[in-house]
Amino acid sequence: MQQAERGWIFWTAAALFVGAAAFATLAIKNEYPFFAGYLILQFMVLATAWNILGGYAGYVNFGTSAFFGLGVYTAVFLFKATGAPLLVQIAAAAAVGALLGFLVGLLTLRMRGIFFSIATIALTIIIETFIINWKFVGGATGMPMIRPPATAPFDSYIKMLFVNGAVMVVIAVALARFIQGSWIGRGLRALRDDELAAACSGVPTLKLKLLACVISGALMCAAGAPNAMYLSFADPASAFNLNYSVSALAMSLIGGTSHWIGPVLGALLLGSTQQLLTVTISSEVNVLVLGLMLILFVVGAPEGLLGLFRRMRARFSGDAGGRA
Amino acid sequence: MDGLGRGDRHPGRFFIATQAAERGIQVRMFSFELLLDAVVLGLLVGCFYAAVSIGLSVSFGLLDVPHVAHPAFLVLASYGAYILNQNGVDPIIAGLMLMPLFFVFGLFAYRLYYETFERRGGDAGVRGIAFFFGVAFVIEVVIILVFGVDQRSVHALYIGKSIDVGDMRIPLRLLVAFGVALTLTAALALYLARTFTGRAIRAVAQDELALRLMGANPIAIKQWAFGIATAVLGPAGALLIIVAPVDPTLDRAYIGRTFCVVVMAGLGSMSGTLIAGIILGVVESIVLTLYGASWAPAISFAMLLAVLAVRPQGLMGR
Repeated sequence: MQQAERGWIFWTAAALFVGAAAFATLAIKNEYPFFAGYLILQFMVLATAWNILGGYAGYVNFGTSAFFGLGVYTAVFLFKATGAPLLVQIAAAAAVGALLGFLVGLLTLRMRGIFFSIATIALTIIIETFIINWKFVGGATGMPMIRPPATAPFDSYIKMLFVNGAVMVVIAVALARFIQGSWIGRGLRALRDDELAAACSGVPTLKLKLLACVISGALMCAAGAPNAMYLSFADPASAFNLNYSVSALAMSLIGGTSHWIGPVLGALLLGSTQQLLTVTISSEVNVLVLGLMLILFVVGAPEGLLGLFRRMRARFSGDAGGRA
Repeated sequence: MDGLGRGDRHPGRFFIATQAAERGIQVRMFSFELLLDAVVLGLLVGCFYAAVSIGLSVSFGLLDVPHVAHPAFLVLASYGAYILNQNGVDPIIAGLMLMPLFFVFGLFAYRLYYETFERRGGDAGVRGIAFFFGVAFVIEVVIILVFGVDQRSVHALYIGKSIDVGDMRIPLRLLVAFGVALTLTAALALYLARTFTGRAIRAVAQDELALRLMGANPIAIKQWAFGIATAVLGPAGALLIIVAPVDPTLDRAYIGRTFCVVVMAGLGSMSGTLIAGIILGVVESIVLTLYGASWAPAISFAMLLAVLAVRPQGLMGR
């Protein structure tokens, strides 16, 4: 009963969110809020996707940039080869991401902990190197992308990307929420705590890990696809930038990895702070703050904002040290 | 912030190009002479790779600390050598002068890591990696804010000269780096094998509980070892800036190289580190010669993946 009721609330909130985003594009003339807002939405998708594997299953994926960059270049390739529309680019990127996710899932067969993390960085560099040497999509110098005119209800391409981003956030969060509440999430949590014990008790660990990798990879790649159009340019150095990997991980850890709302909160907090710093001071300071906040939270608040909220609530309800 | 290790950051790129030009051969075409050049270069650069990885071989290989910030510490040491060199100190002397400072730095870094992660247990691994990545990012940006994004290099008598061996012209800076790298690696290997503390460090890597039962304090030993591993970065960082100019994001190119060497070596094996460094150096310079610099960054990572997939215990696995 309660489950169904919560579902009702979730979907209403999601519909309101997308509705508000769509309404804003009609009401606000200035393009800048959407330009900045899109980045935050993009990071919400990335962090949510990261958390499916990193938070629920405990496999620290440092290859977010590999998936993101591959998404960018799937879109670039399709656009240059066939002129495919945005939605086709995103769908194709999701498919490619699912495939790469499957490969990464196979890696988990042999590697855990830092070895898995290093292997996913390795994947990023290897894919980036292939793209650098692929002349068709521009090689190392990159390629300008000319945006087609925006489709009907939107008067600019950026606004269209913004609403599209809002829809992707809803899809990503709905998937994460479904996984968290279902047998998949329970299985992933079991294998995070003790993989051997989980396997012995009949949890299909490989199947679950593959599933988590495929879903997470498809979402990350899909999040990358609109980026080429967003920037009107694509180059390997920025598409495969390690900052995406660290941001996705930092946002999840700062928000809290135990619940789907954590990465969303983290992306909102860190994403908007970063936007503010990039505009007001410089992009270097923005990376500095990213690093410092990551260290601060990992050391001081290991369970992120969610952990802090929980502790505060326990204190206010008089339940001293309730969660210890 | 540009991408990870670009091909043009390979320390041997000038060597290959000038060597080929002198012989009137085009790079990327196979010739026995070029291959020989590549092997010699790989050998020299490989020992240098071993020297920059040897600290990680202790901290990650022996102590199991997921020290992803190792290359960032390395670049920091290079900038330290750069500052001292601006004041007229020879870069190698500068590297040695940095050692006590880095030793203390390492002691503090391990203490912080231990107090916040190892002692709490649980999913310390996940957050430990995140922590060191955060540290690496902070170091990178602080260097950018202080020195800017331009490349920096050092001056010394042996930089910019070369000597002829047969019909091969070898840059003196690579030879000096080769010598220092060999000495450094051998010194650390001897320290771990012969001295009392060195043996204690290897003992703590083998069986921490047993050490505790013998009445020794494993944490103090690990802290000392981490200090040594960080101190070694002083001369290693000096070598990095002797071999080629350094810029703040160079650490990203060395994540792959250092971890490749340490994992291929077999965690914690000093002789393995030297052999693995040479293998990486030779393979990298052959690919550089035959296929061009744009493929170079992927080599260390591809080899790392191959080692993890085929022989996870490395060459000299414990």
